[in-house]
Amino acid sequence: MAIDKFTTLESPAIPLPIENVDTDQIIPARFLKATTRDGFGDNLFRDWRYDKTNNKIESFILNNPNYSGKILVGGRNFGSGSSREHAAWAIYDFGFKVVVSSFFADIFKNNALNNGLLPVQVSEDFLAKIFAAIEKDNKTNLKVDLENQTITLLATGDSEKFDINPYKKTCLTNGYDDIDFLLSIKDKIEAFEQAR
Amino acid sequence: MSKTTLFDKIWDSHVVQEIEGGPSVLYIDRHLVHEVTSPQAFAGLDKRGIKVARPKQTFATPDHNVPTKDQHLTIKDELSRSQVETLTRNCNNHGVNLFGLGHPWQGVVHVVGPELGITLPGSTMVCGDSHTSTHGAFGAVAFGVGTSEVEMVLSTQCIMQPKPKKMLIEVNGTLSKGVTAKDIALYIISKITTAGGTGHFIEYAGSAITSLTMEGRMTLCNLSIESGARGGLIAPDETTFNYVKGREFAPKGEAWDKALAYWKTLKTDEGAEFDLVYKYDAADITPMITYGTNPGMGMKINDTIPTGEGLSDNNKNTFLKALKYMDIEPGSKMIGRRVDYVFLGSCTNGRIEDFRAFAAFVKGKKKADNVIAWLVPGSKQVEKQCIEEGIDKALVEAGFELRQPGCSACLAMNDDKVPEGKYAVATSNRNFEGRQGPGSRTFLASPLTAAAAAITGVITDPRDLM
Repeated sequence: MAIDKFTTLESPAIPLPIENVDTDQIIPARFLKATTRDGFGDNLFRDWRYDKTNNKIESFILNNPNYSGKILVGGRNFGSGSSREHAAWAIYDFGFKVVVSSFFADIFKNNALNNGLLPVQVSEDFLAKIFAAIEKDNKTNLKVDLENQTITLLATGDSEKFDINPYKKTCLTNGYDDIDFLLSIKDKIEAFEQAR
Repeated sequence: MSKTTLFDKIWDSHVVQEIEGGPSVLYIDRHLVHEVTSPQAFAGLDKRGIKVARPKQTFATPDHNVPTKDQHLTIKDELSRSQVETLTRNCNNHGVNLFGLGHPWQGVVHVVGPELGITLPGSTMVCGDSHTSTHGAFGAVAFGVGTSEVEMVLSTQCIMQPKPKKMLIEVNGTLSKGVTAKDIALYIISKITTAGGTGHFIEYAGSAITSLTMEGRMTLCNLSIESGARGGLIAPDETTFNYVKGREFAPKGEAWDKALAYWKTLKTDEGAEFDLVYKYDAADITPMITYGTNPGMGMKINDTIPTGEGLSDNNKNTFLKALKYMDIEPGSKMIGRRVDYVFLGSCTNGRIEDFRAFAAFVKGKKKADNVIAWLVPGSKQVEKQCIEEGIDKALVEAGFELRQPGCSACLAMNDDKVPEGKYAVATSNRNFEGRQGPGSRTFLASPLTAAAAAITGVITDPRDLM
């Protein structure tokens, strides 16, 4: 089985300049009751997007028609808390392909990578530049180039390198899946068990 | 031989293969499974037409969704019922050990693992739940994973994982009266923040740590994830071995002797290096409580809430947003604040010792009329022990009642939801916006502080009533 391939993406971005966005906010626990992976995007940031009577909260960025794009830009320590992969599924299902932050929680980062959602970690400075650029022009485009591991603000040409481990990069570029790999080394795993 | 840490020893002995420039293929000894993060993983196996690789090393129990009343009846919530039934079906299809609803071993997965001897020193453990860090209390490398990773382990008993860095947290000295493992954890997280441990695996050491019971160690390791750490562990010692010995799935006879000899070697070498080291004095720790919307927003119970002064703009916005959600004035006090709900339970503080402490505290006192209290044992075995020790009766005399085991109001996936705008003192692990129900407001604290609030109806320093 495969994940969607990722090479480059040019898109405007949606800013969420809040720190410590935890996975309970990304997808509240009461929406974790499904037994399939589909449809979680409907409840992405549910309690920030809708009030208790299910009316849209107009001030929330995802409800603002002036902002759109396939890149979500969050504050520091994005994805902290619960290990729920539903958070990565919800973001991806909503239509994002990249999440940018100056710092990601470990489990969220793994979950994102395992679903073809690219976490791009940038410096605090560059994050501030992105937020400033979007504030100036909400249609401004970001370019994410996985091959060269760069993220660029196209309006200014400001660019920064980002890290990704080479194995995961290969997986994303080719749409490879970890389970296929692990199944391919079954003999090695059995040999390891027997040697213990 | 180079000097290595306990974490290195366990991790390195479980590496099946190193990937060039990538993660390690790590062998997993024990895999815990619950109903919320596993259905999509089992579906993945079914789609591939494969079976669970090592069903005997896989243990499942429903906990997140289950009601804490009338568990003998059909679960009313259709979606919750469907998840619990799907777990049963998947476990039966794949021959996985299942402690279903009504089973004498059912309970919160991180309470069940240790009490059945599934959790062992020197082992690797994962579960699709971030509080898997709990099991590090036994000197195990245990950490939470996502559903894709659950699928990896079900399929191959292995996981692809980058090796975390190493952090040492030493707490030396003697804890004062009324200060518990929960307070140590909230104290540490208030110092290093919810991102301070990210990318690291913590080893806890020092005299204040080794003097903790296994229950206390589990509470501390459980909260490692709230500092962002991958996990946290404590070197196993006599306290550990005495706890494990004789439990259902623990080794017996010769196998026990062999295991014990190995476990006794499990410690960090003198002079081994850590990437980060923090040292704290136990005497500086008092009962702690959180005031904000992440576990790092904690303080000594008698202090005043910070004002946000000196924070950067972005930090300050986040800080003020949290206090606005809590409807709390910056710079005000926590003591004396109204409490509507008290929750004792969860994988953090739902063990027998927590119920003993709560019951001893409320004995001879009466629950405040304005407080609704949910006392939820972590497992059927904890519930049974509460009854055997007469804890249930003591609680009833003080105006409380014992509910049935599950995750309950920790994350409010069942009916135990704190209503919008209400304040709860909870012994659980997260005070995120809406964590205990949409609009709920959570103060995290120890079982003693929860008991004090339940008696007085307001935030109270438990030492004042001891």
